[in-house]
Amino acid sequence: MMIKPIRDRLYGRKFFPRGVQPPCRKEFTEREPIGMLIPKQELKVPLIQHIGAVCDALVKPREEVSFGQKIADADAPISAPIHASVTGKTGMATVAALPNGLRVPTIPITPAAEQENVVPANFLQQYMDRNWDSVEPNSYEPEAICEAIREGGVVGLGGATFPTHFKLKRSPDRPVDTVVLNGCECEPYLTSDHRLMVEAPEPIVVGLQLAVRAIGAQRAIIAIEHNKPDAIEIMRKVVKDRPNIEVAVCATKYPMGGERQLIPAVLGRIVPSAPKGLPLDVGVVMVNVATAHSIARAVVRNQPLTHRVVTVTGRGVAQPGNWLVPIGTIFSELIEACGGVTDRALKVLAGGPMMGPTVPNLNVPVTKGVGGITVMIEEETVHWKESPCIRCAKCVDFCPLHLSPTKIAHAVKFRDYFLANKYDMNACCECGCCSYICPANIPLAQYIRAGKLQWRLIQAQGQKS
Amino acid sequence: MSDTDSASPTSQPPPKSEPPREFLVGSAPHMALGRSTPSVMFDVVLAMVPLLIAAIVLYRGWAVILTITTVAACLLTEAIFNACRKQSQSSLLDGSAIVTGMILAFSLPPKLPLYMAVIGGVVAIGLGKAVFGGLGQNLFNPAMVGRAFLMACFPVAMTTWAQPGDLATVGSVDAVTKATPLAAAKFGSDVVPITKDLFLGNVSGSLGEASALACLIGGIYLLLRGTANWRAPLGMLVAVVLFAGIAHQLAPDRYQGVLFYLNSGALMFGMFFIVTDYVGAPLTPIGRLLFGFGAGILVMIIRLFGGYPEGVMYSVLIMNALTPLIERWTVPEPFGGKVAAA
Repeated sequence: MMIKPIRDRLYGRKFFPRGVQPPCRKEFTEREPIGMLIPKQELKVPLIQHIGAVCDALVKPREEVSFGQKIADADAPISAPIHASVTGKTGMATVAALPNGLRVPTIPITPAAEQENVVPANFLQQYMDRNWDSVEPNSYEPEAICEAIREGGVVGLGGATFPTHFKLKRSPDRPVDTVVLNGCECEPYLTSDHRLMVEAPEPIVVGLQLAVRAIGAQRAIIAIEHNKPDAIEIMRKVVKDRPNIEVAVCATKYPMGGERQLIPAVLGRIVPSAPKGLPLDVGVVMVNVATAHSIARAVVRNQPLTHRVVTVTGRGVAQPGNWLVPIGTIFSELIEACGGVTDRALKVLAGGPMMGPTVPNLNVPVTKGVGGITVMIEEETVHWKESPCIRCAKCVDFCPLHLSPTKIAHAVKFRDYFLANKYDMNACCECGCCSYICPANIPLAQYIRAGKLQWRLIQAQGQKS
Repeated sequence: MSDTDSASPTSQPPPKSEPPREFLVGSAPHMALGRSTPSVMFDVVLAMVPLLIAAIVLYRGWAVILTITTVAACLLTEAIFNACRKQSQSSLLDGSAIVTGMILAFSLPPKLPLYMAVIGGVVAIGLGKAVFGGLGQNLFNPAMVGRAFLMACFPVAMTTWAQPGDLATVGSVDAVTKATPLAAAKFGSDVVPITKDLFLGNVSGSLGEASALACLIGGIYLLLRGTANWRAPLGMLVAVVLFAGIAHQLAPDRYQGVLFYLNSGALMFGMFFIVTDYVGAPLTPIGRLLFGFGAGILVMIIRLFGGYPEGVMYSVLIMNALTPLIERWTVPEPFGGKVAAA
């Protein structure tokens, strides 16, 4: 516990104080090349896959849609259109549960019967195309970039799903000088960003340059955790003659990829506390590698966000792998492609084990924010057998945001949300370090998450009355 | 079953298509470090093994008998209170009663009559912990509560120190007693031992405090494992070094040097095993530094100006009482500043 920070300092790795070091368990899929999934079953395309307004459907039931066609859009500034990810026929609009449990309006799409027509031929090669040398990012106008990103339906693919065009809009009172490309992928098990960096680094760098151009920044930093040496090497090679882009090697630590950890680590700037504070306040914008890849495709090639790379992993899956998946594919179809779940599978997570929500069954669509599906068996996961808090203060010592999780959690447990708020409950990023480290097995992060939800309800009620 | 069967309404219940497989749901995170309260307590017990070995070398069987007596008394009391409170007996397995018993034993005179040790154990768990609601709820360090009770009830027995290596039975006329180094320094009743003896442990005193070296080994183990936090011990160390250093500079003939005060009495033991006790100490990082610092200052005040030669017990109890206040003063500011009022 004391050796690792010293070693990180010796090697000059970027790091942040506190946080935890869960086992990475990336060995399941980190060497698996990205494969292509062509769905046969019906897809469910939710009309909201981002933070912001729900989209209105632009297609009627039983209408033929072609690959890449815009099927839903909204006028609200914070929103992103949704595109058909396969060629096929729409069904009756319905309601489906998102991986996070929300039930939202959804358009089902049945893929065309002829397999070769479902997605364009050679789509995987197109997606992984590394020939982007001819692109000159500075020849694009900032407004045009943002417009193309919006039309492409690009949102933050790291999981937050904030509409990217809104994030990259220049604002005169809050200038941005640095764009941080987040290739940390600190969440255990997941390797989709890692594989994308290894297999298609050029479009990522082009997307990053477009983001720099759009927001009007001067430089960019590519942050990669040191447990991905192949990605670091390949990224260094790609940005070799681009003087305003540097590669920062970060310590392998959780939650390295959180904006409130990564920005202090690589730039030394402290982002003001949530919920009001944003990286924008310190002149930084953070973009995930998969988002950058989609930016490049949307702006340069006019290819909307129809697919994303998903890691299917965990000991509960027969053949873990990385897959390029059409948005809206049902979990069960993707998992079938990986040999199905084993009998001992216990939990299915949309994401990694530290922050990923569980899904009750496999009838859930892959949305823009799902970077991985982790199927865990009994031995990999944990049952929260809560025992009394012994006040060991481990949660306080390991909280990357310097909160007092046990105080907040116990206030929430006794329904004193105002006391919880006094202990800055709403600054919590729900990274889960406190629950991970707690020797008394108290589900601290879970309590805090529940408390934040209650707090929002109380605020909403207060505004109504 | 054929298709026609399922189509006809009169046949047996239609064959259900395989129901979708369901999975366990729960809120993230889904991984944990895998430490538990018993493992933490076991770590503390393990860290006290060097002290036990040192005690056995100095006092032979007495060390073992006393330790077993207090641990057994603590466990038994815990069981009785669990039964009274209609709780499950699972708290016996969490190891906290064992730790309390061991700390209590190590803070008692080696040849204390055993019935007194039993009383100490009963008070420690009963009044120190169980009446507050059990593990994690107590305000004061249970072992120190037990010891304070014994100190009030049996002041003579609690200040009669056997000489190391003396194997005569308790109460017999030929039992050799000896002033502790701190008492010798304070009251001038005996020759003050040299610091090397203090460090290695060839001096009289309570069971666990004799050898500063053993405490240091156990303490460093706890710090390296991350079981004990370094802040409270550091605060205490700084306070004692400053206080003793200044006192020695001002009146070298009255007060001993820094190393003497560091190595004598229960200071090393207290620094690594008592002020690092989780429950009675503040949660906040600065709070723990203050807690240790306050305990260190109080120890030195009691040692130099108080009526007792040693003061770790009282200083820890006083600081336990101040803990809620310290915690309130030192609520940490979130990384990124206080949340703006919504």
